Amino acid sequence: MDSLVEISRMQFAFTALVHFVFVPLTLGLSFLLVIMETVYVITGNEIYRSMTQFWGKLFGINFAMGVATGLTMEFQFGTNWAYYSHYVGDIFGVPLAIEGMMAFFLESTFVGLFFVGWKRLTKYQHLLVTFLVALGSNMSALWILIANGWMQNPVGAAFNAETMRMELTSFSDLLFNPVAQSKFVHTVSAGYVTGSVFVLAISAWYLLKGRHIEFAKRSFAIAAGFGLAGIASAIVLGDESGYTIGDVQKAKMAAIEAEWETQPAPASFTLIGLPDQDAMQTRYAIQVPYALGLIATRSIDKPVEGLKEIITHNEARIKDGIIAYGALQQMHKGQKDAATIGLLKAHEENLGYALLLRKYTPNVVDATDAQIHEAAMHSVPRVAPLFFTFRIMVATGFMLLLLFVLSAWAVYKNNFMDKPWLLKMAMWSLPLPWIAAELGWFVAEYGRQPWTISGILPTWLSTSSLTAGSVTASFIAFVLFYSALSIAEMYLMIKYARKGPALLNAH
Amino acid sequence: MFDYETLKLIWWALVGVLLIGFALTDGFDLGVGALLRIVGKNDDERRVIINCVGPTWDGNQVWLILGAGAVFAAWPVVYAVSFSVLYPAMLAALFALFFRPTGFEYRSKLTSLQWRGFWDWALTAGGALPAIVFGAAFGLMLTGIPFHFDAEMRVVMDGGILDTLSPFAILAGLVSLAMLMMHGAAFLNVKTRAAVQTQARQALRFTAIAFIVLFALAGYWVIYHLQGYHVATIGNMNAGLAPTDKHVVMAVGAWMQNFYDMPWMWIAPAMGFVGALAAIVLSALPVTAFLATGISVTGVVLTAGFALFPFMLPSSSMADHSLTVWDSSSSEHSLWLMVVAAVIFVPLILAYTTWVYRVLRGPVLVEDVRRDEYGMY
Repeated sequence: MDSLVEISRMQFAFTALVHFVFVPLTLGLSFLLVIMETVYVITGNEIYRSMTQFWGKLFGINFAMGVATGLTMEFQFGTNWAYYSHYVGDIFGVPLAIEGMMAFFLESTFVGLFFVGWKRLTKYQHLLVTFLVALGSNMSALWILIANGWMQNPVGAAFNAETMRMELTSFSDLLFNPVAQSKFVHTVSAGYVTGSVFVLAISAWYLLKGRHIEFAKRSFAIAAGFGLAGIASAIVLGDESGYTIGDVQKAKMAAIEAEWETQPAPASFTLIGLPDQDAMQTRYAIQVPYALGLIATRSIDKPVEGLKEIITHNEARIKDGIIAYGALQQMHKGQKDAATIGLLKAHEENLGYALLLRKYTPNVVDATDAQIHEAAMHSVPRVAPLFFTFRIMVATGFMLLLLFVLSAWAVYKNNFMDKPWLLKMAMWSLPLPWIAAELGWFVAEYGRQPWTISGILPTWLSTSSLTAGSVTASFIAFVLFYSALSIAEMYLMIKYARKGPALLNAH
Repeated sequence: MFDYETLKLIWWALVGVLLIGFALTDGFDLGVGALLRIVGKNDDERRVIINCVGPTWDGNQVWLILGAGAVFAAWPVVYAVSFSVLYPAMLAALFALFFRPTGFEYRSKLTSLQWRGFWDWALTAGGALPAIVFGAAFGLMLTGIPFHFDAEMRVVMDGGILDTLSPFAILAGLVSLAMLMMHGAAFLNVKTRAAVQTQARQALRFTAIAFIVLFALAGYWVIYHLQGYHVATIGNMNAGLAPTDKHVVMAVGAWMQNFYDMPWMWIAPAMGFVGALAAIVLSALPVTAFLATGISVTGVVLTAGFALFPFMLPSSSMADHSLTVWDSSSSEHSLWLMVVAAVIFVPLILAYTTWVYRVLRGPVLVEDVRRDEYGMY
């Protein structure tokens, strides 16, 4: 069972991370295309149409991989996470289905027309088509992040003992989940940054080579402006703003900050150090006084709960949850009297914590203190991976902020052509947004462990009843397919980027 | 307005609409993929074929994604069981589907013959394999698959992965392949001219005959040989998820019971046969023939749905744990919400999809793909 869970997680992480290589670029580039085409429609200047068409070509190469790898994500909930699908499908399925109806249909129906519609549509109609593609892809992100936000902070749902699953109680709670809102803003902002860096870096390369100057100048300028807005939003409206809500989010925050003990408010921020999970302390820590309290609680008087305190709380919650678990077992044996139902109701909010024990003993109600303690110790994520990835992500974000401030300033002064160092910096920054985005995914999802649904369903229980062998085989197949397709994608992308806008009239 | 029982029925019908939407639209894309190397004799012809579906297949595929999403949301446990128990088949279809976005988008971006030759095969697989697997999945819905639930409602697979392969499932896969190739050929018959059209018309007649034979064979099998399922007693039809609270009996020919009880249902298989026959006779009238294959495809999906009702996924190892419309749905609240969403969005989707097809109307010609390298796939 252990290895089945691990290999299923690895497969999900791999396929999600690969999918997330293509998604941010789609989110950002689609709106950049809208901006470029809007300028074309307003000014009538043909060069902006060429820009829309050329960057649109690269958009298409990326989009195809986004569609291909996105299918996997939908399939996998059923194929590999069957118990998860059963347990929370009543809630989780709703935003996914609405995403299909409201967003994915829009994006996919119009994307073909974006490519072949230039001669068949008026300028205005085509701009509308481009806009609908961008709108569709961004709304798609909204619904996916509502679903994901619910995994992080499961609001608007209740357990139903008759059906043995979670059921939706409030759609508006699901929709206006503050965690989902902050995730959405942060993620699409990161997408806008990715699209902007993509255009900025390739344009800088043309400028350094002295090719397609007029074309590249305008592309650079638009990307600099859009990217500055994007990175400012991504940093200011960081995902972390959602970490004060929900117990598991708080544990994630404490792990990111290697906050072992609860400090008196306002807590200091550990800039860097070496977290040691077993000793529950951070060695060689360099701390900035007051900073964590300010970042985390946006206040100077609220304390930030430390991991040791969270673990102690969780241990109590596990013990409380065992009562609910016992009552549930009685109900399954047919004892459905008011007292048993009342007992379950009274302790239901901790039922998920009792499920954590299932990894350590098949018989939850008879768990020993040692098993309860072990489950509690593993009820928070591992600190070191989160501590470092988060810091690299933030550092990357600030590098990008610097890049866009300098670029936008140079565009404003209209002297970026005379600054080869800036153009080189832009060119070499190409991988940065992807590094930040992939690490951001890791922080959000690894930080949710050991849960798939925070406080409700442990990852360990969420899988399908498959053998580790068949999942290993499929995982290898995914690696092979994705590698081969990504190589084809990269090859085309580089080839078309090298050709530049000349490809539009080459034939 | 509606009670829980009615809501479940509405969702059964809605998923039917989505599946028919998928079979009608993406169905011809899959068929066209499978026919690519047969109907297209050279590179120009193949590009013509690809451009017939290139701009619209992506939107069409969303019917599949939405169909799966709707099953996830409306019948989570059906989604969980079908996708996990049929793991190898589902992943085979998934891997084949990867070749469509990439194949349509990447194939003609380079002129190398090896590159294009590879993607032609990839697009063929991307069309044929999912057509077979989705058909086989319907076949397995009729034969039942081996699973049961434990007390925590965890799905337990009874038997290995290969136990899910059955001759009837393979036959159903072939019915689906022939049907979608027929539908794809009928679409090409509308969208092309000259040599490609002639070849598409030939393919249409041939695949329609193959489909009629295979569909008849499958019907014969279901009536005289296949163990069908029948709900003998069921608990509360207004309950939520309770798939273990009923008694199901198995008998040869039991899938025909609905047709005997409600003879109007015979219209579905009749549509399947008559549509295909009409397409053969009327292949010189492309639009009419395409409508005819559309009727045939709709009839086949309805035939399977009517035969199965109220079953969604019967269990061959523990028939009482079979999943039906009545005892495996989401909560009333979730079903309600999504009915509202569907009522708003499905008409909208149909409206803008129609507009896109209108913009793209007219044939794709060899001269077009030769002349316009930028604007074409």
